[in-house]
Amino acid sequence: MTAPEAQSIQKLAVSRSPDADGFVRLTVDAAAWIALALGCRDGLHTLSALWYDDGQVRMALLAVESRIRAIVSLDTHGQSYPSVGQYHAPAIRLERAMRDLHGTVPQGLPDTRPWLDHGVWPANLSAAAAPYCFLTSEGESLHQISVGPVHAGIIEPGHFRFTANGEAVVRLEERLGYVHKGIEALCVGTTIAQAARIVARISGDSTVAYGFAFAQAVEAALGWSPPARAVQLRGIMAEVERISHHIGDVGAICNDASFVTIQARCTLLREDVLQTANRCFGHRMMMDRIVPGGVTADLDTASIGAIRELLKRLEGGFAGVVQAYDRSPTLQDRTVTTGVVKAELAARFGAGGYVGRGSGRIFDTRAAFPYPPYDGVSFKVAIRSAGDVDARIWVRIEEVAQSALIIRQLLDGLAETPPGPIQASEVAPKRAEGAAMVEAFRGDLFICVRLDEAGRVARLHARDASCFQWPLLEAAIEGNIVADFPLCNKSFNCSYSGHDM
Amino acid sequence: MRSLLLNALLKGPAVIKPPVPADDMLAEVAQALGDCARRRLGRSLAIREVDAGSCNGCELEIHALNNPVYDIERFGLKFVASPRHADVLLVTGPVTWNMRQALERTYAATPEPKWVVALGDCAAGCGVFAGSAACVGPVSAAIPVDLQLRGCPPPPVEILKGLLGLMAVSNRKQS
Repeated sequence: MTAPEAQSIQKLAVSRSPDADGFVRLTVDAAAWIALALGCRDGLHTLSALWYDDGQVRMALLAVESRIRAIVSLDTHGQSYPSVGQYHAPAIRLERAMRDLHGTVPQGLPDTRPWLDHGVWPANLSAAAAPYCFLTSEGESLHQISVGPVHAGIIEPGHFRFTANGEAVVRLEERLGYVHKGIEALCVGTTIAQAARIVARISGDSTVAYGFAFAQAVEAALGWSPPARAVQLRGIMAEVERISHHIGDVGAICNDASFVTIQARCTLLREDVLQTANRCFGHRMMMDRIVPGGVTADLDTASIGAIRELLKRLEGGFAGVVQAYDRSPTLQDRTVTTGVVKAELAARFGAGGYVGRGSGRIFDTRAAFPYPPYDGVSFKVAIRSAGDVDARIWVRIEEVAQSALIIRQLLDGLAETPPGPIQASEVAPKRAEGAAMVEAFRGDLFICVRLDEAGRVARLHARDASCFQWPLLEAAIEGNIVADFPLCNKSFNCSYSGHDM
Repeated sequence: MRSLLLNALLKGPAVIKPPVPADDMLAEVAQALGDCARRRLGRSLAIREVDAGSCNGCELEIHALNNPVYDIERFGLKFVASPRHADVLLVTGPVTWNMRQALERTYAATPEPKWVVALGDCAAGCGVFAGSAACVGPVSAAIPVDLQLRGCPPPPVEILKGLLGLMAVSNRKQS
């Protein structure tokens, strides 16, 4: 048998026309599956998601330069299939999670430890038999620091196992899954409206983005088109959410370097954003405001004015913060060259958001695969190449300005169009599938939903941006001092809930 | 940096005005909470936050309590880093099976007298996650709960109001 050769998705998919959701769908055999996995390894395309659905394993692949997105399916044999992780490391945790949840058998998976299954699920206590083995680090002067799942701050739970040589971190290993809520299983059999409420709570900080992606996926599946006004409003909410987190996190990162003045300023600005969102959309985080078929909150002239005023206040307020950051060498001493993510690693893992863009991976779903309303606005994708905490901060700073630019364009559009419906009338249910990608503040997220003939959810898969960012945090901290971990961690701000699902 | 500080000085306190209805509410809550807390706990109440499975929405609003608008520490309420230092466990999320043991241990590590606040719809009643095989249930399914505070997520003003309710509960518990 000759060694399998890598195949690019572009070659396989280029002659096929994509479905309504923009994804080309292919069913392949095991040999082609392996060839595509090798293509991920060789950088011919990017792995975006990997999940199990009714006897099939499925991969979402992106060929960014040729603007091709594909969903590739392979029939399993008794749940068994060739592991992608054996060729392409970013798939390893996805396959471990899949094994825990669906009992799939990834042939050749290099790491067979459970991931989400901590051995305490009443329905499956099999993992309890073997205690979890952390990877070993050997050396005379090494010591371990065990952190979590309950952390010292007000943050989500997860476990970090540091091995340090004096001050320097030799290895960090994450153990996640603590907030696994069984969301995918819970969604099976729910109505679209019920599923929308659950999906909006996959990661509360990205509630708008998740609602947006779910709505797009369902609409693509059913051939449902939301009113033009609703689409504009979706964009405004998504950008308001992005601004609120970018500002909040810039402050929080500086706070982790004990620079509390900036933190205080940023929390004030963030509060201003949330209060304005509450006034205009009726919820501080705009939860459940985007639903399949449209949106549930409209902006009147006063609200449009309120958002314009907010942008003005932010411009002045945030400029002061940025200037303070830019002119404080003591602060930059902590952020510059700290927590470096190498460009090749960011590209290999397909890291989205500021983690990828801080390391030179110029990918932003809004620009690479523009979805409405981003196909009608102009903005620049912020990019840095240093890959350190400082680079991630600057990407976020620039994105705040770009988001403001986008909101202004959308508000202009909204002011020009006469008020109209914000919800499309219901469409007939049918057996169908739709997928969507949306740029959340943290990076690209992917959702695929399959509906049955009664219009209920038959299968839902969501992949948070964090899935491909968490592993890079382990790489970023290596060689840094333990005390810089909070800085690195906050500069990533990965989601635990979005990852654990 | 200098201009930032100078601006802050010239403009006076940076506190932005809360929305109109919240303005009175905030003052009312602040007043009542201050009096009550002083009587019972010598002007201080240490809170340890535990995420037992939350989506992170509640955490964001708890964070907001620390911003200069709500400035929770002016009431003597303080978030602490360890359950050993805490009077109150503020628990969010439906309790997942994977977090149950950690939550129980955190509860055990908190010295008496202690109070548990279940914050948010998930903590109080499992919220949208009711019925999931991966969740134990609401917080009360794992540890005794003194106060439930609903909302998805409850806004910071509501959380402040809720902590006032806790004072009433704690008074009953001790008398």
